[in-house]
Amino acid sequence: MTSLNHAQIQSNSPSRVRLLTALFGAVLGLALITLTGHVQASALHSAAHDVRHATGFPCH
Amino acid sequence: MFSRFLTSALFAGAVAGLIAGLLQLAFVQPVLLHAELYESGQLLHFGADPNSTQPVLPGFNAVRDGLSLIFTMLTYTGYALILLALMSFAEDRGASIDGRTGLIWGIAGFVTFHLAPGFTLAPEVPGVAAADVGARQVWWFATVAAAGIALWLIAFTHNWLLWALSVVFLAAPHIIGAPEPESFSGIVPPELAALFAARTLGVGMAAWVLLGCFAGFFWQREAAHD
Repeated sequence: MTSLNHAQIQSNSPSRVRLLTALFGAVLGLALITLTGHVQASALHSAAHDVRHATGFPCH
Repeated sequence: MFSRFLTSALFAGAVAGLIAGLLQLAFVQPVLLHAELYESGQLLHFGADPNSTQPVLPGFNAVRDGLSLIFTMLTYTGYALILLALMSFAEDRGASIDGRTGLIWGIAGFVTFHLAPGFTLAPEVPGVAAADVGARQVWWFATVAAAGIALWLIAFTHNWLLWALSVVFLAAPHIIGAPEPESFSGIVPPELAALFAARTLGVGMAAWVLLGCFAGFFWQREAAHD
């Protein structure tokens, strides 16, 4: 029981939450940039065309 | 913690992205529209008659330019999420994060995401020759990752060997080289292409410095509500 409580406290420790939050944020950010800057689907490409050029992403 | 992270990333990304989008509309879009006159064949470089350097350009287009603003804000929100993830990671290891130190983070972000890939894969105006887009994207992601790791090592390690490694990471993509087209077939005047690249990098730097500053500022401000 004591060890279980200990494990629970460990898994919710602030530094672990911070690390998971940061990891989630980085993955979400990377996904956003991939979507706006790199996915070649036609509708996305047309909508984001000017931004891709103006941001220096490879476009065509 | 999570709301602090998300709130500061959304605020910083949206504000910096809006400013970036407006700067692009003011300084980059006219060059892009001008180049498209050549890309579409309405103007011909080295045609029978010399072309004016001040042609009549299409004006503001609510749909096209509105979409550009939205996508710029989304892009910078993506940057902000990555930036704040690294900032909070660094803060846990003793770095001080606020609006002032955020300026340096912004410069580092600009170098990582714009200057490093743009050093060899220069920002392309519409109508220039380029290699296969998939290959260029792979090179782009690899170069951004290498530059990001290099700058992190320079900033947060105190070891000559790792500093030397960071120089390798910074230089390698450019020594290896980016995918290039087989021949040059660009139909846009080089004056426009050069201006486009310069404007793109200039706007990118301004926007990234602001993004770093805002990210650090909101991160501190939201700490009070955490």
